[in-house]
Amino acid sequence: MSIKRAAAIVGVGDVELEKGKVKHGHSVLQIQAIAAKRALEDAGLSKDDVDGIFVAGLWGLPGIGSFPSVVVSEYLGIQPKYTDSTQIGGSAFEAHVGHAAAAIQSGLCEVALILYGSTQRSEKSRTLAGRPPVLTAQYETPYGLPSPAGAYAMAAHRHMHQYGTRPEQLAEIAVATRKWAQLNPHATMRDHLTIEDVLTSPMICDPLHLLDCCLVTDGAGAIVLVSAERAKDCRKKPVWVLGQGESHSHWSIQAMPDLTVTSAAVSGKRAFEMAGVTHDEIDVVQIYDSFTITVLLTLESLGFCKSGEGGDFVSNQRTAPGGDFPLNTNGGGLSYAHPGMYGIFLLIEAVRQLREEAGERQVKNSKISLVAGTGGTLSSTSVVILGRD
Amino acid sequence: MIEKPLPIPDGDSDVFWQGCKEHKLLIQKCEDCSSYIFYPRVLCPNCFSEKVEWVQSSGVGKVYSFTIARRPGGPAFKDEVPYVVALIELEEGVRMLSNIIDVDVDKVDCDMPVEVVFQVEGDFTLPKFKPRAI
Ligand SMILES: [Zn+2]
Repeated sequence: MSIKRAAAIVGVGDVELEKGKVKHGHSVLQIQAIAAKRALEDAGLSKDDVDGIFVAGLWGLPGIGSFPSVVVSEYLGIQPKYTDSTQIGGSAFEAHVGHAAAAIQSGLCEVALILYGSTQRSEKSRTLAGRPPVLTAQYETPYGLPSPAGAYAMAAHRHMHQYGTRPEQLAEIAVATRKWAQLNPHATMRDHLTIEDVLTSPMICDPLHLLDCCLVTDGAGAIVLVSAERAKDCRKKPVWVLGQGESHSHWSIQAMPDLTVTSAAVSGKRAFEMAGVTHDEIDVVQIYDSFTITVLLTLESLGFCKSGEGGDFVSNQRTAPGGDFPLNTNGGGLSYAHPGMYGIFLLIEAVRQLREEAGERQVKNSKISLVAGTGGTLSSTSVVILGRD
Repeated sequence: MIEKPLPIPDGDSDVFWQGCKEHKLLIQKCEDCSSYIFYPRVLCPNCFSEKVEWVQSSGVGKVYSFTIARRPGGPAFKDEVPYVVALIELEEGVRMLSNIIDVDVDKVDCDMPVEVVFQVEGDFTLPKFKPRAI
């Protein structure tokens, strides 16, 4: 069973940030509405065309945020025929793309709107505290693991122990990503950055320094996905969903089977098989960079290199502009923006690259892009492979 | 001072936390497939058998991985930094999250041998680990 070419992304939208914050003190519903309107305008569609809605978020909790697709639909004046609030963390939106394509393929909806927003920076709501110590979290939170950085740090230590990976190799990722951000006028952090800067930035959770960690910003994004039939009448050329996979291996970090391998090994394999493409055919890659180690583990788990070889793979600024492996071309969660659940912005950047709308940071002749989301503490993954005609 | 988050026990964990109070590290073992299980569950996540029995772990294991928290995991841990949070792999094969105490934080490493010690925290006793001389 495959959803290959069943659906295309025809619209994307987001909102500008100022120093990581949304403008005008907008609320989390306002910015989602603005992003949705922009994505629909981009596609040449109206809100009355939308019959499928996909929303996940961390806002309005406890409270109305428990029902995000319902609340957002009400705010936008949309009554869908298909609704999905799948919440698997930052990779939720890559999963939404797969679910939307399957729904479109089976005729359950024709025009799907995927939405995310966060005002965590404006609200100063982000802390390193663990989750309330109930149910499975009662075995973790009492020990004070900074969340989520501590769990990613433990994965980094294990990788270093098993394979001899070095902090400067992780820093290569942060530096290369910053170089992309310097080409993106909308990126939050655009100052020159060196490997030395990363290694001398304050240690947060050994071995991860401050500059190994993603930003904490606001942000909103929207994606419009339609059937092949509807794509013919849209304003923008279609970006096809060629393949998608999703999986999760654990929630509590104690339950992660191997701290050096993520479930991208499973979700990536399915996405590649569905798309019928090889690693060499991918022109531009967007990988969730909550931390530098997330990128390294995902590259290995996806099979771009062997287990343990991620450090060498990213060395010598291979993933920077001009390198032979263009990665996180908007500046990533490390330097562009990271509003809590970043996955939707990976998809938006992949679409802009495939449409050749990426300005100074455009990777020339990009035809196929791979997007790999990760959520929780290396818990969930979803991989989408996109292609243009 | 902000109080540290303490476990909120339930039907799965009552026996575990009571065991800690008595300085016993209790884990589960499946009578059908012999898997050791942690955290405690009503059935075996390997074979779905409900014949899971409590057994006392030796409390001996090694550090699978660790981090040194230089920033606190919430305001309640502010006075503790730097402290070590680690995944302990017990002899029986299960992993649990805990702290390594009575140690120079910069001396901790993966695969370091450790053993359980019990530390009172409010109304609870938490299993923690210290380096084990071998
Ligand atoms: Zn069993």
